[in-house]
Amino acid sequence: MNTHITPRRARVGRPLRGLNLSAERGLKLSAERGLNLSAALRGVGVTFAIIGVAVAAWAGLTAEALAAEKPKLDSGDTAWMLTATAIVLMMTLPGLALFYGGMVRKKNVLTMVMQVFATACIGTIVWFAVGYSIAFGADGAYWGGLSKAFLAGVGKENLTGTIPETVFMTFQMTFAIITPALIVGAFADRVKFSALVVFMTLWIIIVYAPITHWVWGGGGWILKLGALDFAGGTVVHINSGVAGLVAAIIIGKRVGYRKEDMSPHNLVLSLVGAALLWVGWFGFNAGSALSAGTGAGMAMAVTQIASASAALAWMFAEWLQRGKPTVLGIVSGAIAGLVAITPASGFVDPMGALFIGLIGGVVCYWASTSLKKMLGYDDALDVFGIHGVGGMVGAILTGVFAVKAIGGTAGALEGNGGQILTQIYSILGTIVWSGVMTAVLLLAIKVTIGLRVSDEEERDSLDLRLHGESVH
Amino acid sequence: MKLVTAIVKPFKLDEVREALTSIGVEGLTVSEVKGFGRQKGHTEIYRGAEYEISFVPKVRIDVVVSDTLADQVVDAITKSARTGSIGDGKIFVSDVSKAVRIRTGDVDNDAL
Repeated sequence: MNTHITPRRARVGRPLRGLNLSAERGLKLSAERGLNLSAALRGVGVTFAIIGVAVAAWAGLTAEALAAEKPKLDSGDTAWMLTATAIVLMMTLPGLALFYGGMVRKKNVLTMVMQVFATACIGTIVWFAVGYSIAFGADGAYWGGLSKAFLAGVGKENLTGTIPETVFMTFQMTFAIITPALIVGAFADRVKFSALVVFMTLWIIIVYAPITHWVWGGGGWILKLGALDFAGGTVVHINSGVAGLVAAIIIGKRVGYRKEDMSPHNLVLSLVGAALLWVGWFGFNAGSALSAGTGAGMAMAVTQIASASAALAWMFAEWLQRGKPTVLGIVSGAIAGLVAITPASGFVDPMGALFIGLIGGVVCYWASTSLKKMLGYDDALDVFGIHGVGGMVGAILTGVFAVKAIGGTAGALEGNGGQILTQIYSILGTIVWSGVMTAVLLLAIKVTIGLRVSDEEERDSLDLRLHGESVH
Repeated sequence: MKLVTAIVKPFKLDEVREALTSIGVEGLTVSEVKGFGRQKGHTEIYRGAEYEISFVPKVRIDVVVSDTLADQVVDAITKSARTGSIGDGKIFVSDVSKAVRIRTGDVDNDAL
């Protein structure tokens, strides 16, 4: 029976879950016993029954305290994690597919949704085959080995904390799906489908799974540093953002970039997609508590506040600078806020979330407009500008706004300035591995099967040339 | 016979159609077109990327009428399509050498 719990979860989720267990179960037990007692004492009178309930409550709590040592399956936690897993998948399918699909030109919209959908399928199989094992197999500083390859030993009865390991594995799988799918936006409109399939398969194995192990796996080196990443600021967002930037540079600009009209063909699709991402993010952040308790509750609240404040921050920044508040601006801001709060969602209070959202929204707006223009790379859908930069802002601000009473670690505002350095160290580790290995992978694909479609195919329509279909 | 081609603002289409049927025009063809004249396009901004949209959506009306009706048609379109602001469109009149109604084989004025 596997009762291994990752230290990250242990540090964050366990104390909170422990509190929940004693309180909630105590009440449950007292209620049951209270009913039995009152039935037995029906003839004696209601007063005795009430005393009986009180005694039973006390007895229940005591029994619970004695039995609290070994984690047991909690159906409440499991129910929430089943739900969270489903809605994190919804972030990618259809959320991200629509968010990205609306932003490309009409001739390439099917190519975009195809790339996201295929990446979700590839992510599933690769995670099942080796990804889960590399990330969460055995303890170790750099990787978890292959002992759980093809989910060996992940049986029906195994527990991770208070939930089945199958649920934990699938929950993590949905993260391994959305992270590579996010990268797709950076090289939209120009990558060969075969190159994408090879890249995604290898990227999850070589980049995603190891970094997941470093941050969340047993004995991972970033975890040991004491870096805070509740739901994937480094693992998901900095990782995909940096990979996107490197990919945009290596694959090169779209034909006609900055000369031709590349405006989004349907921003309603993007708005629907962003809204699905927002809702799914509750599973992402509150689900990362791995329990249905106070930690998940606070994560949900701060997620909502940061998203809205970043959406407004981006909207007002754009309104001031360009004269009009745009739909693409407000939905991009919401996503930027969700990215920025991701690492912080188990560690900060609502006031911290407000500031993380405001700062994240403005900085991501600047990165996606001015910085991109200044440096000249063609990160088509701003994967770096929103996920890379937003992830870094969020990781640093987690070190600023962390509240000891919430996640057990104090941030700079509570006098622990060193936490910021720890956060920066974890950011750098992620940037280096993700950046270098993504470059190596892409260059290897470039010299073997090639990365890009021909200029003629690109000018025509990838939907027609690569997939033989058109949207209408 | 004359072909009257009018490029007008899309929201004016219904008024133009009513004006033309009231003077006895029994059919016309409409297409959605884009173009530019003195009315310039506009700028769209997506995450800081600015696009000059130089072509403005318009409606093109093609109507073929007998020579006697042509001036009335031009007059009716001019009145019904005018807003007074820039971008109201243009009207072109040209000669038509032959017309045939496919169902009956009627030609020229009988076919209109």
